[in-house]
Amino acid sequence: MASKIKSLLARGSAVLTAAVLGLGLAVGPAQAGDAPKPVITKAVKGEQCVEDTEYMRKNHMKLLNVHRDKTVIEGVRTPKHSLKECINCHASEQTGSVAAAKEDFCVSCHSYAAVKIDCFDCHSTKPQGSAAMHSLNAETAHYKHKLASQANAKVSAEEMAGIAK
Amino acid sequence: MSDMKPMSDNTPSSPERRRFVGAATATAAGLAIAPGVMLIEVAHGRPEDQPASSAVRWGMLVDATKCATGCNDCVTACSTENGWTPVAESKHPKQAPQWIRKLELQDPLTQMETNLPMLCQHCAEPPCVDVCPTGASFKRADGIVLVNRHTCIGCRYCMMACPYKARSLVHESLNDTQKPDVPRGIGCVEACTFCVQKVDRGDGNTACAEACTAAGHNALLFGDMNDPESEISRRLRELPTKQVRADLNLNLGVRYHGI
Ligand code: SF4
Ligand code: SF4
Repeated sequence: MASKIKSLLARGSAVLTAAVLGLGLAVGPAQAGDAPKPVITKAVKGEQCVEDTEYMRKNHMKLLNVHRDKTVIEGVRTPKHSLKECINCHASEQTGSVAAAKEDFCVSCHSYAAVKIDCFDCHSTKPQGSAAMHSLNAETAHYKHKLASQANAKVSAEEMAGIAK
Repeated sequence: MSDMKPMSDNTPSSPERRRFVGAATATAAGLAIAPGVMLIEVAHGRPEDQPASSAVRWGMLVDATKCATGCNDCVTACSTENGWTPVAESKHPKQAPQWIRKLELQDPLTQMETNLPMLCQHCAEPPCVDVCPTGASFKRADGIVLVNRHTCIGCRYCMMACPYKARSLVHESLNDTQKPDVPRGIGCVEACTFCVQKVDRGDGNTACAEACTAAGHNALLFGDMNDPESEISRRLRELPTKQVRADLNLNLGVRYHGI
């Protein structure tokens, strides 16, 4: 899909450039096709997302909404389809977050698509915290150490203690 | 609380208490395939793919006779576990969240002083749930009263309805300071959750009760009030306890001894 968008955009920019040139307007090199592409960094752990990648690109929000209600209202805390587990896998190695910098996993695509996300008004963007939450987390506690050390000032001593636990 | 009622009002033999115990025993009987085993499993080892069950009712017993003057350990533990800024450190103390707070009371006649923590009482008939226009304020199957922040519109009706001033609104952006297990944010009402993230993890205890025990005061006891074998049920059977504003008939999940 990304490549399709790319070719569409390229064609669009060609048309625009042609139009601009045709009107004889003196502008610099055309910028229209050069909107910064989202940076999709590979997840820190794992090879494959819980669902097919193409499916997740289109439908992750639907899965998240269903799982959200099960967790909040019923108390079901399975890692699959949980926002927390998305963050555990996709937090950037540089910032330790999925939404702290422009190139972090969630923000990168969402700003490209011009879709505002308000998940992180309430949810932490970082994977640190209780490693005891579920088994998958326990397995990846060492990643959290790695991420936490890179997020330097943002991690408190307590949080580190939480990871060790 | 200054209008102290005669102790007999809330002794374990009061009609209300008897009704409560009766209901609990009925539930237990319904579930006891292997008598006495099943319920403990439900209470302490719920698998993560199982929803919270109404066979459990989480509750807390506060022993005010053991709660120490000047000790604030439960409050500190709560703010650390749940990531809210304590009043003393807040830039806007009047707006600061207070999931749990220490009260020091004095009987005007005898000068007797009583210490106790006040928190969401996890009412079985919660007024905050009755008034919520969106259904955001709700009671989970296991008796824990929560706010679903995805549907809360921040109208604060529930704050007005709560007889215990247990709820607060988050007024300002929290700028990613939240704990990963405890989402909370601007424009939503919040209160004590009985450390729902710990309960779901199978800890079977809250941060405040753990801290109180660690400090050697043992004034807080958390557990399943539906399980007749649990420590809290045993102590509730033995000790005279009261519900704060028992006249409101809300059937509270937090019971006090020594008030
Ligand atoms: S104490 Fe207040 S916030 Fe808690 S359940 Fe009762 S009415 Fe709701
Ligand atoms: S503030 Fe939120 S939880 Fe409280 S009554 Fe309004 S919508 Fe419901």
